[in-house]
Amino acid sequence: MKEKLLDAKDVSVAFKIAGEYQTALHKVNLSINRGEVLALVGESGSGKSTFAMSVMGLHNPEQTQVTGSIKLNDNELIGLTERQFDKYRGVSVGMIFQDPLSSLNPLMKIGDQIAEAITVHDKQSKEVKNRVQQLLLDVGIVDAKRVSQQYPHELSGGMRQRVMIAIALANEPDLIIADEPTTALDATIQAQILDLIKEIQLKKNAGILLITHDLGVVAEMADSVNVMYAGQIVEQASVEELFNNPKHPYTRSLLRADPSDVNPGEDLYAIPGTVPALNDMDHSKDLFLQRVPWLNDEVVNAPVSEELQKVNAQHYVRGNVWKTFEFEEPVNNEEQV
Amino acid sequence: MWQTVLRRVLLMIPQLILVSILVFMLAQLMPGDPFYGNLNPNSDLATIERMRHAAGLDLPWYEQYIKWVGNVLHGDLGTSYVVNKGWAVTRIIGQRIWPTLSMGIIAAILTYFLAITQALLAARNENKLIDRALMVWNTMTSAVPSIVFYFIMMVLFVYIIPIFPISGTGIDDSQNFTTNFFGNLSYAFLPALTIALFSTNSIFQYLRSNLLDQQAQDYVRTARAKGVQIKDVFRKHILRNAFLPIASGIGYSITGVLGGAIFAETIFGYPGLGALFVQALSGRDYTVITALMLLQGFLALMGGLLSDIISAWVDPRIRVK
Ligand SMILES: Nc1ncnc2c1ncn2[C@@H]1O[C@H](COP(=O)(O)OP(=O)(O)O)[C@@H](O)[C@H]1O
Ligand SMILES: [Mg+2]
Repeated sequence: MKEKLLDAKDVSVAFKIAGEYQTALHKVNLSINRGEVLALVGESGSGKSTFAMSVMGLHNPEQTQVTGSIKLNDNELIGLTERQFDKYRGVSVGMIFQDPLSSLNPLMKIGDQIAEAITVHDKQSKEVKNRVQQLLLDVGIVDAKRVSQQYPHELSGGMRQRVMIAIALANEPDLIIADEPTTALDATIQAQILDLIKEIQLKKNAGILLITHDLGVVAEMADSVNVMYAGQIVEQASVEELFNNPKHPYTRSLLRADPSDVNPGEDLYAIPGTVPALNDMDHSKDLFLQRVPWLNDEVVNAPVSEELQKVNAQHYVRGNVWKTFEFEEPVNNEEQV
Repeated sequence: MWQTVLRRVLLMIPQLILVSILVFMLAQLMPGDPFYGNLNPNSDLATIERMRHAAGLDLPWYEQYIKWVGNVLHGDLGTSYVVNKGWAVTRIIGQRIWPTLSMGIIAAILTYFLAITQALLAARNENKLIDRALMVWNTMTSAVPSIVFYFIMMVLFVYIIPIFPISGTGIDDSQNFTTNFFGNLSYAFLPALTIALFSTNSIFQYLRSNLLDQQAQDYVRTARAKGVQIKDVFRKHILRNAFLPIASGIGYSITGVLGGAIFAETIFGYPGLGALFVQALSGRDYTVITALMLLQGFLALMGGLLSDIISAWVDPRIRVK
């Protein structure tokens, strides 16, 4: 029996923009088991970070409405006070961000920034120094002594991201949220950081919420995948299912548009248009269909049930269009050689 | 880092020479001189000419300059003709520098203390009542003409709530400030507070907007994700980053005290270098004027150096270079 770590139910988020609340996340359901790597994918602007920030409780309470239920180890997070959230952040859940340079305080030594993650929850903690050194070793930084005396600008991008991982790991959290952890890094460094995250996950048996728009990363790292579009989950599946048997038009478009996965001689597909603006989202429809030019209005505007449709026990999809959806073959005369 | 400092200090030498020539020529360009300035119906023109000759004032300016520089290098800034007739200028300045220095330091501490606490309060309560009130107050102090502001301070603290002693009464002009240092220090508060209230507003505005900018930075999110309380994030992370661009100004605000002192000291009758400058100016006391302007030039250069050192000390990214 798998142990449920994170359980999010009907999570909706609305941001106050120009005096009005606009929905960015609509009734998201998602759960992560202990030891599981769950990938959340989708184009930029889909709402992935918005979901992560809800789990961290880091939305500005004066300008954001978060509703629904987010349980971590059966403890409800929505509705916690700031002080209660402070005690849980960094302890039960650690987070790694996209840009490790801007995510570290430029004026503080690396060692102090890691130590803060420990002392903020354990003021009496002795051996903080040793623990910091050990954390640096754990994330593959060998000359831990020297690095802990350095400042962020003195390190390379990969080293900085290792430091961020050390901070996230400081209190051995049950859940690690990695929001595009390798997007800002070179390809070779990217692979090293992914290996490190995988290694840590295996060693600590933590659950990982891996946010990315890179399907290559998903294939390499994840156990299961949630595809998000315009603030909604459109497909949920195990990794094998998703890559071998993608259903939703959005998932299929993403796969077809993935540059690492294009067959020789085949044109790379570009999804027309962009994710709609927050004030232009009607969540009762399947919003992605607006971006499929060959579908007729009746199909595009058809109301869609809130429940995902079951394909099999490891696979759920939004709406019904997937049953009939086909790509229109490219018109030949547009192909220019 | 120390190499940089040394390089900067060496660079100051030609700058100082330039400043000294400039200062000397400016003094010469002033109409009148110490002896004609004291002209009265009983004056004997021949005597005045003799006195001018004795002081070397009848020589061309470059000869006077060379003589003067030679003396300055020997630590001799000449003697006062008017303000404290017959006293060595170094002695006068040595005495007057303490009141000004202590007032300047108190003013700088008050300025930054007021600016930082107000800016933190405002930024942490952005757009709330307290923030708006502080914005209005600081806009007001920057809009009121300084002369009106000084007058209000004077009336307020001298006549209505006389908690500070006003100078010119207890403090003794001829006595050395340091002999009763703390007693005399109390006279510094009112002019210092006035200078501070007046110079807080620009630092406040700047710091407040820096704090708000920094609050949106990624490293703040990291600190929050660690579980650091928002007030501690402000104290340990945001404030220092927001203060960075302002820190370099501290050097100038300490050494720039002489400029600010002229007004405050004259109005509050405080016997420092600022008041001395006004006295010397109206008496055409050349030696005192040139010495003070030279001191001001020197302080301005030092201010630049001090600012660089402070910046490097606060910002590790500068330190390395
Ligand atoms: N604090 C905020 N205020 C207003 N709108 C926001 C805020 N954060 C995110 N959004 C909007 O919510 C949508 C989803 O953003 P985000 O969660 O960052 O997407 P992703 O991480 O998938 O790229 C975007 O349209 C974005 O502009
Ligand atoms: Mg994002």
